[in-house]
Amino acid sequence: MSPKFLKNFQQNIIFALVLFSSSVKADWFALNMTRGITDISNEVFELHMLIFWICVAIGVVVFSVMFYSMYAHTKKKNPVPATFHESTKVEIAWTIIPFLILIAMAIPASKTLVKIYDDEAGDINIQVTGYQWKWQYRYLEDDISFFSNPSTDPDEIYNLVPKGENYLQEVDEMVLIPAGKKVRFLITANDVIHSWWMPAFAIKQDAIPGFVNTAWTKVDKPGIYRGKCTELCGKNHGFMPVVVKVVEQDEYDQWVSEKKDMAMKMAELTTKDWTTEELVSRGEDIYALNCVACHQVNGEGIQGIFPALAGSDISLNNKERHIEILMEGVQGAAMNSFSYLSEVELASVITYTRQAWGNAENGDGEIVIPKDIVEYKKPKI
Amino acid sequence: MSAVIENHHDDHHHGPAKGLTRWLYTTNHKDIGTLYLWFSFAMFLIGGAMAMVIRAELFQPGMQIVEPEFYNQMITLHGLIMIFGGVMPAFVGLANWLVPMMIGAPDMALPRMNNLSFWILPFAFFILLSSLFMEGGAPNFGWTFYAPLSTTYAPPSVTFFIFSVHIMGASSIMGAINVVVTIMNMRAPGVGLMKMPLFVWSWLITAYLLIAVMPVLAGAVTMMLMDIHFGTSFFNAAGGGDPVLFQHIFWFFGHPEVYIMILPAFGIVSHIIETFSRKQLFGYSSMVWAMLSIAILSFVVWAHHMFTVGLPLAAELFFMWATMLIAVPTGVKVFNWIATMFRGSITFETPMLFAIAFVVLFTMGGFSGLMLAITPADFQYHDTYFVVAHFHYVLVPGAIFSIMAAVYYWIPKWCGNMYDERLGKLHFWLSFIGVNVTFFPQHFIGLAGMPRRVPDYALQFADWNMVSSVGAFLFGVSQLLFLFIVVKTVMGGKKATDQVWEGARGLEWTVASPAPYHTFTTPPKID
Repeated sequence: MSPKFLKNFQQNIIFALVLFSSSVKADWFALNMTRGITDISNEVFELHMLIFWICVAIGVVVFSVMFYSMYAHTKKKNPVPATFHESTKVEIAWTIIPFLILIAMAIPASKTLVKIYDDEAGDINIQVTGYQWKWQYRYLEDDISFFSNPSTDPDEIYNLVPKGENYLQEVDEMVLIPAGKKVRFLITANDVIHSWWMPAFAIKQDAIPGFVNTAWTKVDKPGIYRGKCTELCGKNHGFMPVVVKVVEQDEYDQWVSEKKDMAMKMAELTTKDWTTEELVSRGEDIYALNCVACHQVNGEGIQGIFPALAGSDISLNNKERHIEILMEGVQGAAMNSFSYLSEVELASVITYTRQAWGNAENGDGEIVIPKDIVEYKKPKI
Repeated sequence: MSAVIENHHDDHHHGPAKGLTRWLYTTNHKDIGTLYLWFSFAMFLIGGAMAMVIRAELFQPGMQIVEPEFYNQMITLHGLIMIFGGVMPAFVGLANWLVPMMIGAPDMALPRMNNLSFWILPFAFFILLSSLFMEGGAPNFGWTFYAPLSTTYAPPSVTFFIFSVHIMGASSIMGAINVVVTIMNMRAPGVGLMKMPLFVWSWLITAYLLIAVMPVLAGAVTMMLMDIHFGTSFFNAAGGGDPVLFQHIFWFFGHPEVYIMILPAFGIVSHIIETFSRKQLFGYSSMVWAMLSIAILSFVVWAHHMFTVGLPLAAELFFMWATMLIAVPTGVKVFNWIATMFRGSITFETPMLFAIAFVVLFTMGGFSGLMLAITPADFQYHDTYFVVAHFHYVLVPGAIFSIMAAVYYWIPKWCGNMYDERLGKLHFWLSFIGVNVTFFPQHFIGLAGMPRRVPDYALQFADWNMVSSVGAFLFGVSQLLFLFIVVKTVMGGKKATDQVWEGARGLEWTVASPAPYHTFTTPPKID
């Protein structure tokens, strides 16, 4: 390759990089693991650096010998090769020495691991459930429960508007934990396997349907910490952030009581008289959060994978089956039970799908009110 | 053993049949080796094209070229095609060409099965690739196909995927049995086990690994099939099954599989370094023992792929220690190669360049592997681009560089012509730069926190992703040069001598170049 070509090539690359990096905020210095903010994550970082430097040291020694050989023992400089081979002493040495280095690595690694596995109950226990493609958090002591949905605007994802600072790392509702308390996460999943990763706490635990994994942390420094789902969980795996907000105790207590009040108000809504318009407008938002990823904005689904809701017989004429599917899911298909939604949410989203996309005109146009869901939930004899 | 050889009095020399039927009906180890090698090259280019789609989408943050659904199909097929279609058949092709010539045997022990094991492969990959055009698209659950994403939540094409994996498995098992039977029964008198060339040793061990673990993979996909179509619940928690069981079974296959893809490379590189250093391999028997220890250890480390599934502490500790232990025999191999070069008389022809790059870059992959073995640190590395960087370092400049080195090293023997050394070196440097520009930055973006298998990423990963993509395009384009060089060499070029390389040792260099259609119909004399 001629040097001129190489130079041009380099210039092109640099030009391309300058051109593109000016359009988005980016970071050439994001080269290493971040230290994290808990004792454990600090320890993990130290361990990572220790092993990294040991590897660098071994690499320098080994490759120096090799490169020296490539420089000094070429055919030109050393036309007659040596004939030595096999040496028990050398071979024992290069078996024993690496073994000792490994033991030196294994000791601190094992110690840290034992510390991570210290699994006594936390001051606060939060159940984390992975769904396609969002997280649910349930505070076991306070009976608070909510979903944390990804909130990045699809227009940002499809490059129609500039990307915000926390692109793909933002949610509509963060999980709050108080500073200085031991928080235990009980991690599971509802559909496929997900993985809950919070780099700042050095926690990564798979969320597996039918299993509950635990992890704990104690964070002293208030702030907002961002992580992601790290197990391939289907189409929107790349769009499933984890965001934790650490606050002082009093702020946390206030938040808890607000959440409880809100839950009370939601329960009251069940008995209210609902109009079709109210249900549809509420249902549209719920559809956008829970259904749109598979069934699409236009209700057409994706052919061969996700069935269409627009014009389907169930959405048109079969209200009972419609409720049943949302409550129980469909056996053997990607459609899960959505019974974890509130009665109001379920009624409004079902009503929305029975009214939208011309379904009301083409079918019986019947709406579902929260009472219908309450009725469905009553034990059947 | 000798009875087989003495009865072989079929002395009328006949060349290959003419036309297409030569390739369809052939039972000749050299023809079948050629078929395997061309097939794997085709798969390498197809799998590579998919990698280009992946890197093009990741060139910038945001979705530009494909949809997430299709992106997942690309990563899945890229992995499956490169592993089962690219690397493994290439090694089987090399075994077919070289094992009989290296041990002084006239052919493989089971020539008809040899034909069958090759000719079912194109069907397997035809089925796999045709799933791209099926309703619901191709498999989209990653090459590791974790249940229940690959069962309850899979597209309908998963059934075709299962069938195709079964065929690939059957092909591999047949190929492996053939290698074992050939090596055990058909060595020329005087070729004792501890006198076998290292490539033969590496393949003997690899073949046993294949026979041990391919049926496990077949079991895993069969259980999936039952879960999907026959109402069982092996991996379905709602029916009393266990999704983690799938991962245990898969990685009990998957980890030995990793060594299946690297042990033959060890054999190849040992030959090449010896030849171009013009010096005897430093420690033959320790190389054999190192390979055996790596193979045995490979059965007790599988759960290091599963540190985050919630294993008990004792299991995490055991699998961490066992995994770290693999560094010892691997180190022995690297030290041996360097000791072989030391005070040798080295020249840098293309095969040697690839072999040296193999030693350096494979060792770097080994270092990141050691880091990944450290369980607490793995909690941060697991399923990030750091892992992607790690296994691409051991697979691309590891396994694939060794295959390229082998092609440059033995192609004069295969077709009687020397390759173009200038073009070969150009191909090497482009590949070497391409591979490092592609995969080195992936260490950075992984450590900085980018998960793998995502079609889009947060903004702080943008710079190095772009560099990585540029490197990938360079590497991809360079492989077309490789295709050109190989075709050019097959068509003509400077005639090769029988010895080909000054320092080369072994029975394959005692036959003419190109190697006649039938070699060693009478066993060679070995002192």
